Amino acid sequence: MAKKLAPQQTLNTTMVEKDMKDVVSTEKVMKVIRTICVYLFLGFMALIILFPFYWMINSSLKTLEEYKWQVPSFVPKTIVWGNYKEAFKAGNLAVLFVNTLYVGIVSTVLSLVITVLSAFAFARLEFKGKNALFAALLATMMIPGELFTITNYITVSKLGWTTGDTGTYAVLIIPFLVSVFYIYLLRQNFLQIPNELYLAAKVDGTSDIKYLWKVMIPLSLPTLISITILKMMGAWNSYIWPKLVAKDTAHTLISSGLRNAFTDANNDTNYPVQMAAVALVSLPLFLVFVFLRKYIMKGVSRSGIKG
Amino acid sequence: MVDNKQQWKAWLYLAPAIVLLLLFTVWPIINTVRMAFLEGYGNLSSLNADKTFEFGIENFEKVVKYKKFTTCLKNTCLLCVLTVPISTLLALVIAVCLNSIKPFSRLLQTIYFLPYVTNSIAIGMVFASMFNIIGGADISKAVSIGIVNNVIEFFGGERIAWISTGSSYSANIAVMVIYIVWNALPFKILILLGGLQSVNKQYYDAAKIDGTSKWRVFWRITVPLLSPMIAYVLITGFIGGFKEYTATVGVFGEKMGPADDPGRLNTMVGFIYKQLEGDHQGLASAASLILFGIILVITLINLKISSKKVQY
Repeated sequence: MAKKLAPQQTLNTTMVEKDMKDVVSTEKVMKVIRTICVYLFLGFMALIILFPFYWMINSSLKTLEEYKWQVPSFVPKTIVWGNYKEAFKAGNLAVLFVNTLYVGIVSTVLSLVITVLSAFAFARLEFKGKNALFAALLATMMIPGELFTITNYITVSKLGWTTGDTGTYAVLIIPFLVSVFYIYLLRQNFLQIPNELYLAAKVDGTSDIKYLWKVMIPLSLPTLISITILKMMGAWNSYIWPKLVAKDTAHTLISSGLRNAFTDANNDTNYPVQMAAVALVSLPLFLVFVFLRKYIMKGVSRSGIKG
Repeated sequence: MVDNKQQWKAWLYLAPAIVLLLLFTVWPIINTVRMAFLEGYGNLSSLNADKTFEFGIENFEKVVKYKKFTTCLKNTCLLCVLTVPISTLLALVIAVCLNSIKPFSRLLQTIYFLPYVTNSIAIGMVFASMFNIIGGADISKAVSIGIVNNVIEFFGGERIAWISTGSSYSANIAVMVIYIVWNALPFKILILLGGLQSVNKQYYDAAKIDGTSKWRVFWRITVPLLSPMIAYVLITGFIGGFKEYTATVGVFGEKMGPADDPGRLNTMVGFIYKQLEGDHQGLASAASLILFGIILVITLINLKISSKKVQY
């Protein structure tokens, strides 16, 4: 009996082994096919993501006549760098750039000061009603900004801020200086710094401001950089408020100045010049992204707000 | 003593934030509610001392019956219902794919994040130029039909008036959906990929030993484990969707529609600003409270569902 069984058993095992090999090899083939499909899909999506950027640059370097070709060219036949010069002039971009940069920098600096002081008070100091106040602040984050804008527009008109140089800049900057979200973000960061450091500094007679400057700020620099970038991007991308309060090109910001700048009285648009302006507006954002990618992605993944 | 000093200091440090918040956040909340319930309130007409406004809900009734408002509400809801599921699903698939590969993964992540760091007006103008038809209302004789139509014709399809004069509503919405999804992907991919990378690998190993199919693994393991992140991108997606405005301005300009039908694609936020410019602060306030109500309800529904379904 045992002798009879033995060959059968070996036969069985070899068959199992063979099956296993088959299974393993088909699995390998399937895996390769799957990987290829994944790469094809990801590559295709990447092309779709990139295409508008490519088309923007491609269009911005064409002559108007070439732009209107029946079958568009994928590389401009005659490269017209002059479109960028023209865009700068026609769109009044220099003024818009300077305005946006000015508003962005001033509001970022002031906003950082306010945020650091408030976050410090919430994270380190004890006072009556601290938790209630903090909860009330967080609750305001739920309300859509449009609701504030209606009254703020009336308020700034009543304060007479919508006319004159300083007034218009003030109106672009001041209503948005306090961001509850940034206070929240920085407070969380401050809370991670051990309280013993603060008490030790107190014993040594270090002032609060010096302690903030020497300990808290260096330790929470990544968060502060994220806030700075998001705030600057916010100024660069803000559209509604500047359009409401700063109606003349001399004081408006880049986004609201851009949309209608390149259509003349006959409703004729010089598309390549328009695309050149769009590229110029996009460029600083790209540079910031290339150099500060880490901070942007970190800030964004925690905030979920655009700009 | 120390306690008192700390109290005093804390309020000093908080002073700038509190003053600004009182003026630009707390007062607006009160005033917006007040204006919404003063019938026919307008800021300029309120300067006239003889003019008084009656207390009532007329603003709300007017807004709801206003055809322009219902158009805006319809557009906003339609864009939300279309873009949020599409972009979330697409982002989920991309994130899972990105998580399964090694080479080029970082490069692809960077590429997918690019639309986030753009100006939505500027890139909206690029999308407009990709879809726009130049030269003539008769599209069969148009000078230039836009790259998208070129591609469609290359594959044997027929050219479509996407955004120009004579374009259909569904074509307009299609363009907006494409642009908004393109714009919304980076944030969602970032969040979902971050979630995937923190998932415990043991679950997958166990599934492998059991010989579970990939499809089953995706629905039974990946999706449940990711549910907090999925809930998060859905909530932020819907909130952002209901506040949609600049994307439409980017593609269609401030007319908020094709040249022959301005306002066709206007959104809730667009409606509020239109009323504001026309000195109808009462209507604008009523509309903004309705917007707030919608956002609140969606958030609550989402929280309710996710507290049941979300597995941590």
